[in-house]
Amino acid sequence: MKLNSIGKAFGTTLSVAALAALTLSACGSDNNAGTSSSSAASGTASSSSADCAGKNSLTAEGSTAQQNAIAEFNKVWGQVCSGKTLAYNPTGSGAGVDQFLAKQVDFAGSDSALKDDQVAKAADRCGGGEAWNLPLVFGPVALAFNVEGADKLVVNGDVLAKIFSGQIKKWNDPAIAGLNSGATLPDADIKPIYRSDSSGTTDNFQKYLGAAAPQAWTKGAGKEFQGGAGEGAQKSAGVVQAIQATPGSIGYVEKGFAQQAGLKVAQIDSGGGAVELTDESTQKAVDTAKFKGEGNDLALDLDALYASKEAGVYPLMLATYEIVCSKGYDADTAAAVKSFLTVSANEGQANLSAAGYVPLPDAFKERLLKSVDAIA
Amino acid sequence: MTDRLDVTDASGLPNPGDAGSGEVIASPFPEPTPISTDPSKGAKVRIGDRVFRTLAEGSGILIVVIIAAIGGFLLWRAIPALARNEQNFFLYSGNWVTTDTSAMQFGILDLLQVTVFVSVFALLLAMPVALGIAIFLTQYAPRRVAAPLAYMVDLLAAVPSIIYGVWGLYVLAPVIKPLAMWLNQNLNWLFLFQTGNASVAGGGTIFTAGIVLAVMILPIITAVTREVFVQTPRGHIEAALALGATRWEVVKTTVLPFGLSGYISGAMLGLGRALGETIALLIILRGTQQAFGWSLFDAGYTFASKIAAAASEFNDQYKAGAYIAAGLVLFILTFIVNSLARAAVAGRSKS
Repeated sequence: MKLNSIGKAFGTTLSVAALAALTLSACGSDNNAGTSSSSAASGTASSSSADCAGKNSLTAEGSTAQQNAIAEFNKVWGQVCSGKTLAYNPTGSGAGVDQFLAKQVDFAGSDSALKDDQVAKAADRCGGGEAWNLPLVFGPVALAFNVEGADKLVVNGDVLAKIFSGQIKKWNDPAIAGLNSGATLPDADIKPIYRSDSSGTTDNFQKYLGAAAPQAWTKGAGKEFQGGAGEGAQKSAGVVQAIQATPGSIGYVEKGFAQQAGLKVAQIDSGGGAVELTDESTQKAVDTAKFKGEGNDLALDLDALYASKEAGVYPLMLATYEIVCSKGYDADTAAAVKSFLTVSANEGQANLSAAGYVPLPDAFKERLLKSVDAIA
Repeated sequence: MTDRLDVTDASGLPNPGDAGSGEVIASPFPEPTPISTDPSKGAKVRIGDRVFRTLAEGSGILIVVIIAAIGGFLLWRAIPALARNEQNFFLYSGNWVTTDTSAMQFGILDLLQVTVFVSVFALLLAMPVALGIAIFLTQYAPRRVAAPLAYMVDLLAAVPSIIYGVWGLYVLAPVIKPLAMWLNQNLNWLFLFQTGNASVAGGGTIFTAGIVLAVMILPIITAVTREVFVQTPRGHIEAALALGATRWEVVKTTVLPFGLSGYISGAMLGLGRALGETIALLIILRGTQQAFGWSLFDAGYTFASKIAAAASEFNDQYKAGAYIAAGLVLFILTFIVNSLARAAVAGRSKS
């Protein structure tokens, strides 16, 4: 029958096309590392980049905020010290620290330093030695906005606290207009967008609001947003989509995501003038970060950074720590951990900015490398 | 010569008790032993019968054991967390605070409202469409068209729910934005269309989620309804046609009354699916900080999406217990909905 032969021909064409597609998809090289970053490896070799000792595969687990940075470091480490890889499992800071304390992974990536009750367990894990929090990755948190007719927006901690707690409801509110002289903002509702899932970015943002505007922000901090106003979106990608789809919205998201989506980001004026989110302003922020202690445990006192009123400093930064044992590793693991951290701090910094992170400034790098060298 | 009986008593008649011939004592008529009509009684029990019976009974018992085990696990994990709850579990509708596990605050009022609202909205959208599709496929469509069309409707069930979520938020929401804005601006007097706690233009509202959920439960309802409608007795249909009924009258008088209980049970299956839908609603519905107001332009969490949103942070048993308590309520809710469905179907089939 005619219909039958048409069906047969259609079926044959479809199967041939499917087979061809499946076969041709196997074409393409496995080596997707890309050649553009090989120049990073051939760049200035720092003093300790030649040290490629230790075991060939490390394991780590933890924060999702530094996942892209760790992937970049892993790639560079593999190029500088061939054959070495790090398997990083981005399951979240809490899970990462738990696994580290249970000796399942070599080091953990966490958005916050070890808590007091975890320090004792960490000493157990490290055979008596203490565990150090080494901040390796800094990611700025951008305030992306979508307001019709506004290309530039200046905010400060107080205004942000009031926006995200629902006290300022309209874009043409005098408090915002005061910071944005010259720009006319529309008479439209502000729609704050927050992260609805449990997130270190939310934690840092709320800590920033609490430190920069203690009178206006009384809701506390934590991984869940407590502000009382706004709409929540799942994960950074969801926040970006929400900002793009909702006119009059403003939300906090990691710089890399805002950059990729082409969203406009606000400038923060903490008292010394409007500071744009650039590499210089974020590196200056890392430089002004104070450490809680004097030794090799580099836990940061971020409240000082959040409340800082210095000019040219972008205060809204997220620091992720690599939690390592100062001693207690076997010789192979210790050497590999030192090698990875050293290469990351040196050669690994080259392409970080493109991924949305802050390359470490020199003074900070010296301090970090000193601690890394002291790992036994 | 005549036989002469001995005459002993006064009446002149012989006393039968003295008669020597024949027994006159009434004795019960001996009943024959009843023959059993049970075909298996007394038969040889073969191994195959015993094995099959054990397997069938075992499967039935296994299901009951699994359900009981799941219910028991949910209770066992939920109770310690409920003991540490500072708020009333059923009446608290604010943010869940579980950072300090010795003094948590969590409650399901909001979750219950959003879950029921979005599921009922999806059901109301899907039921008429499913009925129409089933009637068309079984009564109106020519045979050659009915089979591929039925296949395509069933294909809707094969799409993964995360794809529905992404499609709903990124493709459908911008498309229905003009309709949503129009409803919000013009039919504002009705509580359903008032501005809710999520922005109407943003698309992450129960309006979008309900439409996507309706598309997801459509194939279930349609499949069950189609199966039932196909079984309408030909005799009834032929009789109606013979009496001069039009196509629609035939459907109205024979197919619909016959298939109504099946249609309702299909709808309840769809409702059960909608109540438990996780990923699609997790992606579409935005989180909210304000209370739920029974508007289609509200957003929030359902039971399942609330648990999924926090699932990656279950490293503490009390924190996990809080969410498992919500899961327990959903478990019980689905049980109740299914029981009501069964009762409705049973009631109808008797009448």
